[in-house]
Amino acid sequence: MNVKLWFLIHKWTSLICTVFLLMLCITGLPLIFHEEIEHEFGEQLVAPEMPADTPAANLDAVATAAKQQRPDDVIRYMFWDPANHPHQVLVIMASALDAPPDEANAVIVDERTAQVLDTPPPDEGFMHIMFKLHVDMFAGLPGMLFLGFMGLLFVVAIVSGVVLYAPFMRKLDFGVVRKQRSPRLKWLDVHNLLGVVTIVWALVVGFTGTINTLSQIVLYIWQQDQMAEMTAAYKDLPPPDQIGSVQAAKAVSLAAVPQQKLHLIAWPGTQFSSPHHYAVFLKGTTPVTSRLLQPALVDAVTGELTDTREMPWYVKTLFLSQPLHFGDYGGLPLKIIWTLLDILTIVVLGSGLYLWLGRKSTVARRVEEVKSGGLIEAVES
Amino acid sequence: MKVERRTLWQIFRVPLVLGLLSLLGLISALVGDGGYDVLSWVTLGTPLAVGGWYWLRRQARSGR
Repeated sequence: MNVKLWFLIHKWTSLICTVFLLMLCITGLPLIFHEEIEHEFGEQLVAPEMPADTPAANLDAVATAAKQQRPDDVIRYMFWDPANHPHQVLVIMASALDAPPDEANAVIVDERTAQVLDTPPPDEGFMHIMFKLHVDMFAGLPGMLFLGFMGLLFVVAIVSGVVLYAPFMRKLDFGVVRKQRSPRLKWLDVHNLLGVVTIVWALVVGFTGTINTLSQIVLYIWQQDQMAEMTAAYKDLPPPDQIGSVQAAKAVSLAAVPQQKLHLIAWPGTQFSSPHHYAVFLKGTTPVTSRLLQPALVDAVTGELTDTREMPWYVKTLFLSQPLHFGDYGGLPLKIIWTLLDILTIVVLGSGLYLWLGRKSTVARRVEEVKSGGLIEAVES
Repeated sequence: MKVERRTLWQIFRVPLVLGLLSLLGLISALVGDGGYDVLSWVTLGTPLAVGGWYWLRRQARSGR
């Protein structure tokens, strides 16, 4: 085995990505608990107490209430999140349908009474800064793709690290941490130990993070591919002047799709729909099916179902990458485990940086250090 | 100082078990709730506990 080659791969992939990975690990820590933090510190909006079996209001009334609140805006999306925000519909509006995608004016409407509950200001503050740093470093799509590339380098660094683990451990027992020889030897052992126990978790979180950075590209491919197929008959028609009932679109979709929980309705002409359709995204109730959204496209003029299909594999891959990256699919204990694994990864990154900075040395000596299980350095110190 | 050289199997058997446990944990919480969640806490918690224990334990004997 060419230890030198693997050492160089490990060194350079790590060096390039470590600073960004440290930033991602640190900003990711509060994001693991974003629901809990918002619950604890945010202004908690609670819909008024009503009997549990109070039926949902007509969605057209919900839409009308939002439009009365912001008469100069158009509706783009409605979101539901009953686990965290029961009985609330989050209506996302913008100055025009073709306004920039990140323009989002929120109106929260009570699902049962169609009364406006709140018009929260745009996201700001600590959690928003953490989120933007983590997702794209405030640099939009290029920033996002750059971080995705750092994720790929991280994966290569992990794999090359595993390869180097073998010659390093030739004469050592699993888990040995030699604390008394020298700080360098101690941190070398810690780097190897913590690196090797977190391999699978770090690979999965790193790689799914990279997949998540491709979300806008995946969306674009889906629009050109499945969405275009489903709406082929409308391709050459001008967009409609008047659109019909969103309540009708909801009812038609619930009748056509096996999944029965509303997640999102995208208005005609938005990113997630065609110019002619309400796209109603439904989901299931298990941890997996609650991630695999299925859209039903409903003709916004006639109120009839045009088509509904399962998402293609690449969108499903993106959907399933989200929980595997966020760690939000197994209750609070899983989030705590996620946090601790994240902290161990920070130690691995930090000790790696320390080992690189630690002492001037040649590649040949470093390779010897790996081959001898660290003893070449220890003998000298 | 004569230490025998370990085989790849000897080197990687513990990491392999920990890796498979991690994988089981990552998947099980996706499959279901309740017992599946508990399984994921135990299986993903194991590599954490093993890493933490070896890292932070007091050294029984001086290093080799």
